[in-house]
Amino acid sequence: MAAPTPPSKIYTRIPDRGPGGFDGQLLAFAEELREEGMALGTSELLDAFAALEEIPWSDQNDFKGALSATLAKSPEDGRTFELVFERFFFRATEAEAARRQISESPSRTSAFDVDLDALRQQIAAALQDGSEAALRDLARLAIAAFGKGEGSGVLGVDVQRIRRALGLRSEPQPDLPEDDPRRDGVPRDQLRRFEQQLRRELERDLIERTASLPPKRPLTELDRALPTGPIQDLAAVHRVVAQLKRRLATQGHELKGAKRHAHVDVRRTMRASLQTGGVPVELKYRPRRPRRPEIFVLCDVSTSVTSASTFFLSVLHALHDSFRKLRSFVFIERISEVTEVFERERDFRAASEAVSKDAGVADISGYTDYGRVWTEFLALIEDELHPRATVIVLGDARTNGRPPRDDVFAAITARAGRTFWLNPEPRLYWNYGDSVISAYEQHCTAFECWRTDQLEDFVKALAQPVTAAG
Amino acid sequence: MEELATGLRGAGYLPGANTALVSFLATKLGKPVLVEGPAGVGKTELAKALARYLKRTLVRLQCYEGLDEAKALYEWNYRKQLLRIQAESGEAGWQDVQDDIFGEEFLLPRPLMTAIASPEPVVLLIDEIDKTDQEFEAMLLELLSDFQISIPELGRIEARTQPVVLLTSNNTRELTEALKRRCLYLWLDYPEIEHELEIVRLHSPDLDETIARKLVEIVQQIRELDLKKPPSIAESIDWARALILLGAKDIDGDTFKQTMSVIVKHRTDLDTVAARVGVKLERPVSDDALPAA
Repeated sequence: MAAPTPPSKIYTRIPDRGPGGFDGQLLAFAEELREEGMALGTSELLDAFAALEEIPWSDQNDFKGALSATLAKSPEDGRTFELVFERFFFRATEAEAARRQISESPSRTSAFDVDLDALRQQIAAALQDGSEAALRDLARLAIAAFGKGEGSGVLGVDVQRIRRALGLRSEPQPDLPEDDPRRDGVPRDQLRRFEQQLRRELERDLIERTASLPPKRPLTELDRALPTGPIQDLAAVHRVVAQLKRRLATQGHELKGAKRHAHVDVRRTMRASLQTGGVPVELKYRPRRPRRPEIFVLCDVSTSVTSASTFFLSVLHALHDSFRKLRSFVFIERISEVTEVFERERDFRAASEAVSKDAGVADISGYTDYGRVWTEFLALIEDELHPRATVIVLGDARTNGRPPRDDVFAAITARAGRTFWLNPEPRLYWNYGDSVISAYEQHCTAFECWRTDQLEDFVKALAQPVTAAG
Repeated sequence: MEELATGLRGAGYLPGANTALVSFLATKLGKPVLVEGPAGVGKTELAKALARYLKRTLVRLQCYEGLDEAKALYEWNYRKQLLRIQAESGEAGWQDVQDDIFGEEFLLPRPLMTAIASPEPVVLLIDEIDKTDQEFEAMLLELLSDFQISIPELGRIEARTQPVVLLTSNNTRELTEALKRRCLYLWLDYPEIEHELEIVRLHSPDLDETIARKLVEIVQQIRELDLKKPPSIAESIDWARALILLGAKDIDGDTFKQTMSVIVKHRTDLDTVAARVGVKLERPVSDDALPAA
């Protein structure tokens, strides 16, 4: 370990403890939660303090549970809470330790003469069913054995270097001997937990060595995502679409209060007035029916959007989960309806396979022909388009030099209530080359959409109550 | 807290660590608890067990779309009021009758009112709050924060005793911030394998230990698949009971196929599960059968 640094130097680097002792710490914690986007009110904080009075603080789980129950009020918030809790209290402890100049006994400096290969195996074996505490010890051991020398300065790189040195992989390694515990691969979440511990220990080391707190790492989208489905991206898309569904479902209710009684139903009022001898004592109102979404989705699956079409298909897949009245089409040169495929296939991969195989997308050249697509689409569903319908187009509007036929597109948008265009290209590239998005944009609302947060923007727009033409 | 956990156990409910903690806080702080989680993880059961453990009556309000004050809070007993008016017509003055017919005698208490007015403390369960609309939520706010109800004709009715309130939600709709703010939050998820095994064993003690373990393992596997409706704890218990009734010795491919519909309730899901899990169960059998054939 480094020679003890004079206190004055430490104090310049480690921030002083905030005022207010423990309460102050808790408030700082709440502030950090707010920074990560949780809506915390004073009443929640009061609850948290009240809850902490009731429970013993000796157990970390109880302490965390009590705070979580009072502060985090949705699964998403719960996840954020979990991460921020880890980060905040880890840093608070380390800062305090550095302030008091407590450092762990440097047993790791003693030269390591252990058989490194045996250690590798031991760690792998313990990883199969290790508890959190065991993992922590293992992480230290691993750092002591393999993490020697100057780090690269980037924690993530060091973590991966140690992991590789240990030969830990989640996939099976058949070339290893029979009795090696690593042969069948280490369980993925165990490995992830171990990497987390490694990162923590390395960070702790760093703080001790330099007696300064590194800047805290803001949570990323990936951190926040609840560990759910097998395909992370798909899960994110589904989450956004689920939100869309909720918004649409509650949309009608918002209108109930203010605008429901806007129109008097003359016929029913007259009928009711018969009871009172023709005097309309009781006015009958026309109920405002919530908008039932009827959606047509057109999805480009040509080669120019190959990278985006997985994203599009997953959007389509998620939409199918949420809306019953949804018809979907894919197109390249011509159009073909895939509503049934998506209704039949629950599994996304199977669905996308089915679409590419037997959706019967007639393509000879593999180049999109938007003009033809519009004509066919209009012919196909002309009778079903009505002002309450929403048309969503997923495509890059690259016509390959063919006529865009925006007049036909205009006819479609005129019949449908709303038309949205999701373009997988960044706005910068729009209208360059053969992209004719501007011709279409006059008739619809176009969004750039290649990340889930952009999809969320779109969701907001889609869920907005319709104003005209009801 | 330990006491409460053992108490719940005694009432036939195995709480997770967090569940026990939040229930404990709820009884101590007198705050309502909002319990969210997938269907069938024991949200309603928790309320019942709490009532059993605390030896209180359970007052339950099942929410549904269109539920209104008249069905949740109180209603005036019109018929009785009419009778009263007719019985007295002529004799009493207007003021007397008016004072009279808006008395507690003519009030029909509905679940929320019952819970508030009860002389004994109760456990109030507001089930599936997400099924109602936002107006109803707003109406609940007064009850949840102050445990009181305002009746225009009578004034305020305050709770005589502090009820333990549980609200459950299947998360089909985002609840309002105002409601969440007044509640403690408990997220109940599918339990860990050991915990679920314990629950299954508690509810069907006759089932063989090894079968029970295999059953729970399969159910956990099925939950990993992307299904429309993953099997819940209630369904694993049902399945365990079905297996006992059938006298199954082991869960092999055939038994699984026959009883699969107990845990999987969607046609498309059935196909997925049969393809993914059913086949896995069959494989060892067919391997043995191969040399013979």
